[in-house]
Amino acid sequence: MGQYRDRIIAKVTAGLAPATLDIHDDSHRHAGHTGDNPDGNGETHFKVTVVSAAFAGKSRVERQRLVYGLLADELKERIHALELVLRAPGEV
Amino acid sequence: MSDNPAIETIKKDIAENDVVLFMKGTPMFPQCGFSAAVVQVLSQSGVKFKGVNVLADDGLRNGIKEFTNWPTIPQLYVKGEFVGGCDIVREMAQSGELEQLFKDKAVATAA
Repeated sequence: MGQYRDRIIAKVTAGLAPATLDIHDDSHRHAGHTGDNPDGNGETHFKVTVVSAAFAGKSRVERQRLVYGLLADELKERIHALELVLRAPGEV
Repeated sequence: MSDNPAIETIKKDIAENDVVLFMKGTPMFPQCGFSAAVVQVLSQSGVKFKGVNVLADDGLRNGIKEFTNWPTIPQLYVKGEFVGGCDIVREMAQSGELEQLFKDKAVATAA
């Protein structure tokens, strides 16, 4: 358990040097979705909050694409939903 | 790009409709909480939108991800432009930017 959580933390840390990084496994809220929680082990739905200087001056779409790019393998393999809150330092 | 025929359907949908939501399920019966959340935002804003159920067709489900270069669903298009998924639409609704976007793009709202 927690393998994908660890991978997200490692890749976001390496890619964005975040000031803060918070990750929450929300998979239990989506149990019963057809085919979306294949083995009942969770790790399919995450909420990730990142504050990073890498987001400064970027649009919302650009910020999410940056994170999706870092986590492309994880999204392909297993993760079904990523809820993202992406801020540059100093933003509310 | 791709020989997926769904791409042509997607292009046609976003060309012919001011507001298109690619979603799981239908606006009446969303089958995913994130899709349901965007339907709710759009309904509250009073815009007319076309809901496209990607669960109806695997080609479409994969095609929209490829077309937008965005790995998740829902996806909102306004006047042919990709606006974002659930997080972005919710944030924009809260900040008033979504209403402004509809105004700027001259999308009619009921309000």
